[in-house]
Amino acid sequence: MGLKIWVFAEADGDKPASSTLELLTKAREVGETVEAVYVGSNADALAGTLGEYGASKVYAVDPGGVLPGVVGATALVDLLAANSPDIVLFAQSYDGRDAISLLSAKLDKPVLTNGFTLRLDGDKVIVGTQIFGGNTLVDAEFEGEAPFLAAIRPKSFAAEPSGGAAAAVETVAAPDLGRAGEAKVLETHVEEREGPKLEEAVVVVSGGRGLGSADNYGPLVDDLAKLLHGASGASRAIVDAGWVPYAKQVGQTGKTVKPKLYVAIGISGATQHMVGMKGSDNIIAINKDGEAPIFGIADLGVVGDATKVVPKLIEALRARS
Amino acid sequence: MNVVVCVKQIPDPATPGELNADTHTLKREGKLILDESDSFGVEMALQLVDKAGGGEVTLVSMAPNDEVSGLRTALAMGAAKAILVSDPALAGSDSLTTAKVIARSVERAGGIDLVLTATESTDGYTGTIPGQVAGLLGWPSLTFAKEVEIADGTVKIQRQTEAGYDVVEASLPAVVSVTAGVVEPRYPSFKGIMAAKNKPVDKVTAADLGLDASQAGWAGARQQIVSVEKAPERQAGEKIEDDGTAHEQIIAFLEKLKVI
Repeated sequence: MGLKIWVFAEADGDKPASSTLELLTKAREVGETVEAVYVGSNADALAGTLGEYGASKVYAVDPGGVLPGVVGATALVDLLAANSPDIVLFAQSYDGRDAISLLSAKLDKPVLTNGFTLRLDGDKVIVGTQIFGGNTLVDAEFEGEAPFLAAIRPKSFAAEPSGGAAAAVETVAAPDLGRAGEAKVLETHVEEREGPKLEEAVVVVSGGRGLGSADNYGPLVDDLAKLLHGASGASRAIVDAGWVPYAKQVGQTGKTVKPKLYVAIGISGATQHMVGMKGSDNIIAINKDGEAPIFGIADLGVVGDATKVVPKLIEALRARS
Repeated sequence: MNVVVCVKQIPDPATPGELNADTHTLKREGKLILDESDSFGVEMALQLVDKAGGGEVTLVSMAPNDEVSGLRTALAMGAAKAILVSDPALAGSDSLTTAKVIARSVERAGGIDLVLTATESTDGYTGTIPGQVAGLLGWPSLTFAKEVEIADGTVKIQRQTEAGYDVVEASLPAVVSVTAGVVEPRYPSFKGIMAAKNKPVDKVTAADLGLDASQAGWAGARQQIVSVEKAPERQAGEKIEDDGTAHEQIIAFLEKLKVI
């Protein structure tokens, strides 16, 4: 009998998040039955697209002002017992990580995270991860009994619709959250973003230590990203230094991006960074140190001072527009 | 206010990582250092205790071979003491077992109001420890904090989101994961380094924490690595020295890609 795969769905406004659609697409390939679990009050708005990507049903739980991952994990305890899916997939996202970790503790079940492949080998479920900057691929299999819990990094799979009918929405009563339910969301702040999201952008421009100072990030990285209709990212070094927030970090402990073009400005190319961007179609690197590892994967490498090269590039691009 | 900070001692990330051929786990035999990701939690904890006007910071770390060099760094920053869980029976533990070790250590410390962690470690980066520890303790977990405030028995954070941030609150005791770069970790002073040598490190085993060795480490692992292989390498393209006109070649490259 085919497998039943569940996806912990997340939304981006009134649409399913792209990471959710990627997981549904893979779930269809691996399983026979695909269903979603969603924490939010707008499941009806999402049901059409969830169905189009393969979910026949969506279990919807109202968050009631609590962090969605907490509500999702708690609701899943009973839902899993009642419906026995074989695999539950989460995105390696803020809420996906909250959900899979709390569920792991509640069920006393191990997890595999940071997956970038998912396949079956007979009745074994195998999750692949990348380590050492993506130069080594590790496959791990679950032992013990289903359901198996896995978190997959966004951008690991392509999202392709199957043309299915809208998912049937089944409302699930809010579970008793215990003290975990004290994690109340009081306010939501949306920061204005010009241009595309980092993970969706066709062009990503990232900056690192070679920018020299935090003040150079805006005029060099943000401005170039804007001119190329892209998104701006960062190396871990400047996130750790407090120059830009964690949400901008590209790499192992940050986001994976696969744009058509990745521009690395003043980034040496620590393995930690490479794993998040080496899947880009094209890479331009600008760095003072000609020996920097980033040049080993760059399609166009410029050995030079980013604070000199990039302003000229920006000026030339402005002159064209 | 009493705070536990979970700290991991890891191989220097600047040196290339290696796997043990037989177990496929990260080689951790050499000198270990404090994971830089954890230095933010240590600093945050010191600031919160300082603001609260009393209490202390206790470190919890699980490491092979009684390793303390990373702990000494955090003690030199100002933490009062440490619990070090070092036990061959824990080698090969998965993240849930590690979380059990940490949760039991928090209970052993006793009277803890807040547990701080990084969002993930630099070497293993499973990223599930904060939520697992909170789940095991039955405490609320507030994750991905970029600001942390404590007042009147509650913790309020700014939680990083895809679109910006949320303000999230819970009563204490609670577990909070802190994103990198949100505070500036202090450099240990000479006095701090000297004092750290005499700060208490409570060395415990799995059994001391009441954990069954048959359910920890390799014996308890419920997932198995089935293959390890080299990824196909990406080839480098053209490399040029900037002679003042490199921007023109970048423009030509952008035109070729049709992104401009």
